[in-house]
Amino acid sequence: MQAENRIGYQTIEYKTRPWIMASACAVGPREGQGPLGDCFDLVAQDAAFGQDSYEQAEAALLREACRLCLAKANIGEKGVQAMVGGDLLNQIMPSALAARELKFPFLGLYGACSTMSEGLITGGMMCDGGYASPVLCTASSHYATAERQYRYPLEYGNQRSPASQWTVTGGGAVLLSLPEALPGTPMARLARGCIGRVVDLGVTDNNNMGAAMAPAAAATLCAYMDDTGDTPEQFDRIITGDLGMVGSDLLLAWCEKMGHPLPRGCMMDCGLTIYDPSQDSHAGGSGCGCSATVLSAYILPRIQRGEWKRVLFMATGALLSPTTTQQGESIPGVAHAVIIEGVGAC
Amino acid sequence: MQQSSSKQDRIAQYKALIARLTPKSKVGQGALRAFWVGGAICVLGQVISDIGTRMLGLTLMQASSLTSVTLVFLTALLTGIGVFDVIAKYAGAGTVVPITGFANAMVSPAMEFRPEGWVLGTGARLFTIAGPVLVYGVSASVIVGIVYYFIYL
Repeated sequence: MQAENRIGYQTIEYKTRPWIMASACAVGPREGQGPLGDCFDLVAQDAAFGQDSYEQAEAALLREACRLCLAKANIGEKGVQAMVGGDLLNQIMPSALAARELKFPFLGLYGACSTMSEGLITGGMMCDGGYASPVLCTASSHYATAERQYRYPLEYGNQRSPASQWTVTGGGAVLLSLPEALPGTPMARLARGCIGRVVDLGVTDNNNMGAAMAPAAAATLCAYMDDTGDTPEQFDRIITGDLGMVGSDLLLAWCEKMGHPLPRGCMMDCGLTIYDPSQDSHAGGSGCGCSATVLSAYILPRIQRGEWKRVLFMATGALLSPTTTQQGESIPGVAHAVIIEGVGAC
Repeated sequence: MQQSSSKQDRIAQYKALIARLTPKSKVGQGALRAFWVGGAICVLGQVISDIGTRMLGLTLMQASSLTSVTLVFLTALLTGIGVFDVIAKYAGAGTVVPITGFANAMVSPAMEFRPEGWVLGTGARLFTIAGPVLVYGVSASVIVGIVYYFIYL
């Protein structure tokens, strides 16, 4: 039997077009000082967020983002029928700690920095299939916890390579629901998703994640165009998660090589949006929290204001572990895309 | 076979693209900074050593110990108050090569893993960065010692 909501090989179509009822995010002080500082719902005064450890701080930021999201949607905590989300740490612990307090039915995801779009695709399917509504999709990361797991102690004196990226401290939450009566104000909704394949072109340098992820981003974009016949010009923005400076250039170059040239003007990368170059973040921001917080603070409001009508949001993930990198294994990349469109009075 | 060679081609093409689009570290600037900061640390060490021998009446051996202990203490203090990594970011190998790099490599994991407890956190992770240096440094010195013994037997 044919899967009826499938287009081509990798793309899915949401028949009911689940709504994005609300979104919220909570970030650390460095992000608060960045160009999007005023857009975030909550900016922590310090990176520890009043907690005993940075892992606890990440969980607390995520929990606050979830609570703010529910408050915006004006639904009680009993209303959420499923929470799907993840983060970068072993056993996706911050998400589990947040879910422990929120007490929602919880499905944990791991897609490295692609988790936000992985969550939207999964949560959207749960909604669309009539299995849960509303669904809370989450992702979080924290500079200090990611450094500890993947790199060096914070106070260790080393120099970062120019291609390296800075892990965003922050958590984002997006609430999806089945559509209701058309609202008076514009609304963002999910139209399609494209589940990415794991792509690896032999990058072993874990200081150049953008290079490891760009081929996966190119593959997902090309697959989506091939599946649907859409062209890049049909989008107000094609937004990647955290390719950063190097990865964004590589994506343009590689897509052109694969016969799908991208218009430079409609490209945007969350990792290049969240920090100012003066903040010394080298090639840009990264982490699950990067795409999650920029989606919530910057992208969705623009769709809700009617500025953008149709956006392709594609968070990108480098699926590496310190163990396999040390064993000489190259870094597999993955990218999942969701098509978000505006609907309602503009 | 055909397909695998085309995959090799793509990997090679992508590698070339990465090499073209990835910014390089500024080697000249880095070397200059490492040179002057590293040199300044060594001058400081010499000053401490001279103070030891000329003003405190220590032997050269004792003055060397005084120098090491002082530099290690200063590094630990600067690491603890969060200043050392800022200096090291500027100086690179200039702070790594003198004994300061070793002290920082011990103190930073000690602080980092403190939340996991004194034994399984700080205790177990104290040597995560400095460990390999000790293992191969001590091993090399043993080998050199054995060679020396047989040459001058």
